[in-house]
Parts: sequence; structure tokens; C-alpha cells
Amino acid sequence: MDTLIADLKKQIVEQLNLQDIKPEDIGDDQPLFVEGLGLDSIDALELIVLLQQSYKIKLANAEDGPKVFYSVKTMADYIRANQPKIA
Amino acid sequence: MHDFLLNAYKSFDFVYPKFYKMDALSKLGWLAAEIMLNDSFKQKSYKSEEIGVVLSNANASLDTDVRYFETTKGFASPSLFVYTLPNVVNGEICIRHHFKGENAFFIQEKFDAEFIEQYVNNLVNNNILQACICGWVDVLKEAYEAMLFLVEKNNAANSVAFTAENMKSLNQINQK
Repeated sequence: MDTLIADLKKQIVEQLNLQDIKPEDIGDDQPLFVEGLGLDSIDALELIVLLQQSYKIKLANAEDGPKVFYSVKTMADYIRANQPKIA
Repeated sequence: MHDFLLNAYKSFDFVYPKFYKMDALSKLGWLAAEIMLNDSFKQKSYKSEEIGVVLSNANASLDTDVRYFETTKGFASPSLFVYTLPNVVNGEICIRHHFKGENAFFIQEKFDAEFIEQYVNNLVNNNILQACICGWVDVLKEAYEAMLFLVEKNNAANSVAFTAENMKSLNQINQK
């Protein structure tokens, strides 16, 4: 499995305290909000903190949030695009 | 204490994923309400707007305030910040049970049965509420106390009269 995606799933479970969910239960393309994992607006803020803490990336435009945090894959794509050193 | 709260949640087989995200005060109040209401409350007898929550404690949200303050030295935690008010426990109980009536949270040095009796009676006698969950929910570090009462305008069978003396008696039983 893609290492970055695997790391992100583990970090999301830990950061958002999703104790009923295992990282491997999260699909790469599964929506994170509403009909997917059911995350809420506070979780969105935690994901922004996660990007800053773990990947040193600040979300440049808040309006990009829904696209960036749509799924684990879109998060990984955004991290790769903004942090080229990560393979 | 966090282990106790988690074990209590699991031992009753509750299924409410948001529980894991709550702070200790909300977890404690949520658990106490869940256990009390699951036992005998006939919620369908009331409209959502007729059921309220009136709670009190000595330490407000200090337990979480301290934890949140620690995170502000790095990245302040949004999920801790939202619990830095004590009345959030009221909200968690109301969201869980769809209560939409009057609610309040008071900070007092110790449980003031006379005050709670007067405040809740005022709500019930003026038909602002028909039922009210009231009592004391307090957490600080490893110390915790929860004592809830269900007050209904129409007495249920085998109910105990809602008086300050009865609340104090039950409180003393709990402390023995």
C-alpha cells in the first residue's frame, strides 16, 4: 500500500480519536465527511492541524478545504503537490 | 478515570461513536444520563421542548481548560477547545436525546439542593418544562462525581417527591 496513504489513515484515526475504526477500514477514495466517515467541522480543523504538524503544510486557501479533505487520497495528493520531498 | 469512563461505556454496550471524542466531564454526564434515562424515562410522553437539563459543579470545565492550555504551547487543539465550557455536557445530553427545552449550568462550591429545587420547580411550575434532568456533574483530574435526578411534573409510579431534603438524603447515601 502507498506509505503516505497508510500513514494518513493511521494519523486520522489517532488525531480524531476514531476508536471504533481501524486505519485499514478507511477506503482510499471514501468520503471523509457526512456520508463517509461522518466527520464534522471540528474534525476538519483537526485535519488542518494534522497537515501543519505532521507535514508542515498550511492550507493556502480555505475554500480548497472540501476538495483537499474529500478523501485520504485527495489529502495525499495535496501533500505530495505541496511537499515534493515525500515520495 | 479515563479508563473508568471508557470501561463503563463498554460495559453497558452503548453505541455512540461521538462518546470517544468527548472530554471527561461530558463523558461522565452523558454516561450518568444514559444510565438513568434508559432505566425508566418515558420520553415519548413529552415534546422535545418540554424536557430540559439543569446541572451544576464546582470545577466548571477546568479539567479540560488545563489540557487545552497545554496544547496552546504548540498547535491549539480545536477538539479540546470546544469542551472549554462546562455547559457543553448539557449539550451532549440534549443532542443524544433530542431535548430542546431550557437548560442551564451553574458553578457552585458544593451541591446546593435548595437552589436546584427552586430553579427546577420554577421551570416546571411555570410550564416552561414538563420534565428536567438536574443534578451535579464534576470532574477534576482523577476526581469525579455525578448525581442526576429526573424530575417530572406528572409523578411517575413509585416516584420520590422532588425536594431539597430528598436530594440531600440521596447525596448522603451516595457518599457512604
